Amino acid sequence: MLINPSSPRLDDGWLERNIVDPSLKSQQPIVLETQQLHVYYGDNEAIHEGDLKFPEHQISALIGPSGSGKSTYLRSLNRMNDGIARVSGEILYRGVDVNRPEIDVYEMRRRIGMVFQRPNPFSKSIYDNITFALKRRGVTDKKELDEVVETSLKQAAIWDEVKDKLTKSALALSGGQQQRLCIARAIAVKPDILLLDEPASALDPVSTSKLEETLLKLKEDYTIIIVTHNMQQAARISDYTAFFNMGRALEYDETSQIFTSPKVQLTNDYVAGDFG
Amino acid sequence: MNSKVSNQIAIATLYVIASTIVVILAALLGYIIISGLPALSWHFLTSPAKAFTAGGGIGIQLFNSFYLLILTMIISFPIALGAGIYLNEYAKQNWLTSLVRTAIEILSSLPSVVVGLFGFLVFVVQFGFGFSILSGAFALTFFNLPLLTRSIEEALAAVPDEQREGGLALGLSKWETVLHIIVPAALPTILTGVILSAGRIFGEAAALIFTAGQSAPALNFTDWNPFNISSPLNPMRPAETLAVHIWKINSEGIMPDAKAISSGASAVLVISVLGFNLLARFVGHRLFKRLTAG
Repeated sequence: MLINPSSPRLDDGWLERNIVDPSLKSQQPIVLETQQLHVYYGDNEAIHEGDLKFPEHQISALIGPSGSGKSTYLRSLNRMNDGIARVSGEILYRGVDVNRPEIDVYEMRRRIGMVFQRPNPFSKSIYDNITFALKRRGVTDKKELDEVVETSLKQAAIWDEVKDKLTKSALALSGGQQQRLCIARAIAVKPDILLLDEPASALDPVSTSKLEETLLKLKEDYTIIIVTHNMQQAARISDYTAFFNMGRALEYDETSQIFTSPKVQLTNDYVAGDFG
Repeated sequence: MNSKVSNQIAIATLYVIASTIVVILAALLGYIIISGLPALSWHFLTSPAKAFTAGGGIGIQLFNSFYLLILTMIISFPIALGAGIYLNEYAKQNWLTSLVRTAIEILSSLPSVVVGLFGFLVFVVQFGFGFSILSGAFALTFFNLPLLTRSIEEALAAVPDEQREGGLALGLSKWETVLHIIVPAALPTILTGVILSAGRIFGEAAALIFTAGQSAPALNFTDWNPFNISSPLNPMRPAETLAVHIWKINSEGIMPDAKAISSGASAVLVISVLGFNLLARFVGHRLFKRLTAG
């Protein structure tokens, strides 16, 4: 059970204990979970506690108003906040706490890839965008590289659009294509988890729906955690949804549950469009 | 006065100021080039200068200017690149880096004659390099370093942070990201900065009078062994550059055609610097296009 049914709605004591245990109804193993996660910018605490568990091969959406800490939370998961913020607590990736100094952060980020709000292809050719990280990791076999380029572009559903111009600059692509290229680039290094930070917020509706289709296909192979401002998007593509408010994950449940009968009043208000 | 009228007055004033500047600049360039053009010939550009008789050229000075420029760039570019990368990518905001930045600013506002005298004391006298291309190149490095560092730092700062995050998120180290993503992305701007600073070096005189010297010994352009004294590549020989030559002719030139040579040399200098500027635009534009549209 995600939430203790005896919990009163939004009383302070209940909030203190902080919900979120979705070992819940999912049959899938948990790939990533956070315990007692606190994020500080200087003296400001941005995240109080984010105790969430993410099941394998599912899409989990993080929703909430601006400044609710969902992006901060997401960026902490693969330690993109290193050097920017202080993160305490445990981030368990398949049982290993990766929020420790002795962890190889580069290998960890390879396994937990990330796609950002604004498409950020490198000013290189499409081909080089995909192969760059692999080459840095010592893959030199042309055949192998070619194969990775094709499979990752296909997985990101952009192969047909770019297969004839792999040597052209990635910056010449449209915004939507660039974003799917960035997804292809992220999956080229064979990650386990994909973190997406509002990946569609800079895209038009057509590109957005293409991106969503892509994500639905990708979840067969990857565990996806996506921050989104767009509640319809969360409802359309995610299996689980966490609602963030004021730096705290207030409720985490199956998406259908969150959108039809949330247990927390604030979640209800938010998904109903009453604030945020 | 209503806002429409005041707006028009403001626009008219700005037009007058802007066109005054353009007219002054155009007149200056026009005068230098038109008065210098008659002196220009292949002979003038390639033959050595003559001290007492007419018909001398600027061949050696022209070569010296380019050689000094290249040598200065070879010394200053790696240092400026390293400093620029450090300041923009790695430096934290603390007293040390603000000290470095302040030092760079002071260095960049130093009068070039002071840089020249400093170079004279340190390189020519103390290190015993004598009046030589090497002394000149070191002095010009001091002169060039602050501006080049600043322009590289700005070029790197113009690369969006998303690019850095993109590299890190792929599991690359910061250094890999900087070296293989950020620097290449900033390359068009960096190159533009390099070429523009080349124009400044090319026209510099004061810093060289006391370091590279005011004499241009005859060179043997068939001898490319840098250890021979008459070889053009010898970095230890004194080398009067084009800009120094112009200054010298005008202050103490006694050849009968001094005025024509001075005008011709000035025209060559101005045209070269203009060329550097046009090249900077062209190369920057071209590279940018190649990187963005391919």
